Amino acid sequence: MTHILIDDVWKEYGDITILERINIELPDHEFLVIVGPSGAGKTTLLRMLLSQEIPTRGRILIDGEPIAAEPMKDRGVVFQRYSVFPHKTVLGNVMLGPEWQGSAFLGRLFGAKRRALKARAMALLERVGLAESANKYPHQLSGGMQQRLAIAQALIMQPKVLLLDEPFGALDPGTRKAMHVLVRELWEENAMTIVMVTHDLSEAFLLGTRVIAVDKYRNDPQAQHRFGATITKDFDVRPRIVRDSWRQETGRKPAVEAEAGTGETPAMPSGASLSLGLA
Amino acid sequence: MKRIVNYAPGKGATIILGALPLILIAAVYLASSQARLAINPNDKLMPSPASFIAAMGRMAGQTDPLSGETLFWLDTWLSLARLFTSLGISLVLGLVGGVLVGFIPYLRSSFGPALAVLSLIPPLAILPILFIVFGLGEFSKIVLIVFGIAPFIMRDIAIRVSELPREQIIKAQTLGASTWQMIVHVVLPQVLPRLIDALRLSLGAAWLFLIAAEAIASQGGLGYRIFLVRRYLAMDVILPYVAWITLLAFIMDYALRRLSIAAFPWNNVREN
Ligand SMILES: Nc1ncnc2c1ncn2[C@@H]1O[C@H](COP(=O)(O)OP(=O)(O)O)[C@@H](O)[C@H]1O
Ligand SMILES: [Mg+2]
Repeated sequence: MTHILIDDVWKEYGDITILERINIELPDHEFLVIVGPSGAGKTTLLRMLLSQEIPTRGRILIDGEPIAAEPMKDRGVVFQRYSVFPHKTVLGNVMLGPEWQGSAFLGRLFGAKRRALKARAMALLERVGLAESANKYPHQLSGGMQQRLAIAQALIMQPKVLLLDEPFGALDPGTRKAMHVLVRELWEENAMTIVMVTHDLSEAFLLGTRVIAVDKYRNDPQAQHRFGATITKDFDVRPRIVRDSWRQETGRKPAVEAEAGTGETPAMPSGASLSLGLA
Repeated sequence: MKRIVNYAPGKGATIILGALPLILIAAVYLASSQARLAINPNDKLMPSPASFIAAMGRMAGQTDPLSGETLFWLDTWLSLARLFTSLGISLVLGLVGGVLVGFIPYLRSSFGPALAVLSLIPPLAILPILFIVFGLGEFSKIVLIVFGIAPFIMRDIAIRVSELPREQIIKAQTLGASTWQMIVHVVLPQVLPRLIDALRLSLGAAWLFLIAAEAIASQGGLGYRIFLVRRYLAMDVILPYVAWITLLAFIMDYALRRLSIAAFPWNNVREN
């Protein structure tokens, strides 16, 4: 269970107010999408969730505890670019987090532990469709494949919340669609919260359970930076109660489907966890 | 007619064109040398190829009274030992210092400006100081070369480190990496190709400082020999030595380039 509370958060750079009075409460397993015009402060908000930036006022709590003042493994991230390590193979990239975890000095596991981790990483790569490319370097992958790799790399750490900053911004429309399906399914399979920034409204309403718009609510033409942006709209796209009943229903579905022989994914993907061996 | 920039030579033509200037230089030399020797058979300025061979034969015949080594090989060995020792020290200093200064904000603030100033001091200007402080021995020469190239390598690496995308460093932290783990697994591997490039770029300077130091105070070495025989206008020794030094430098540069390609496949694969 992950509960996130953003409590009256402000971000100012000197005299310039970027964000003001941000209040969001996210119950467990929410898929929050942040939209807004360019320069509104969407990335800044995400960076504060990541602790890449520290709020100038207010606080951010996860499960009642203030978040650490630096990025930690409880919060995974995928950026639009540069999220993977170019000098590591695909498999090496995915194994990196657990290897750091397991070996403080060498950052490398050996023997049975390594084999177990490798199996886990391969299962995850299989899930995101990269098993064939396990031994390639990121340069050899397409943009969509690199983003899938970045997601797998973050997921193996089982973060409480996954932060995505315009993760599909650089992808072509076809690849984008496939990524939507994948992210949606991964969100269902892994009990985590996702916070995603996008400037694509249809993407926002397709994926999110909740969509917020960040924008300036008032503007002083004499002093552009006097007022920051805040949450101007807040949509519950799929209210919790509807989502839960969906989940229960689709939990029964696979048996029926297997009989009927249709492998189709339901429009609202199944909540029945396809265990990835992440546990 | 296409634009000039759109004409590119083929593979064979590239080799021929590349060799042409060198062949031309050799031909001009041979012709002038012959012309001068025809007028004055004792001309020392532009010896014939035959006298090069004779001179090198003499150098190979002469042995150092102390070590019993052939002079030519002894010179080569002494120079290369000095060069490699100082290059090794500079590499370690440059890599460790560069990564630390480039990656750790407090160290960058403390040592960044000092490093910039240090790398602007002309190394040859402090050579007398080195000789006064450390004496005329090997140590001064090695310090000179290290002083000449280590700050450059260090700065180059530090800049490269600070150019690493911020996203990568953040991502590493969300994967639980400590500072040490980021240095070892994220920063170091990605600056190693740059280290080799920096080394290649400083080879010329390293040879310059080596020969300068040997010329001024030494008991042997390629630079020492050249400046020694200069007194007798012995072009027949100097020119082959220069050619030999050039060849050594070329081999080192070539080997480093191959090493870079072989050791960092991720740096060379281009999108398919
Ligand atoms: N370190 C900084 N110092 C000053 N201003 C900044 C800094 N980082 C971001 N900003 C400003 O904050 C505003 C919001 O930026 P950002 O969060 O990246 O917007 P976006 O909604 O497009 O992601 C921009 O006007 C940007 O110029
Ligand atoms: Mg942004």
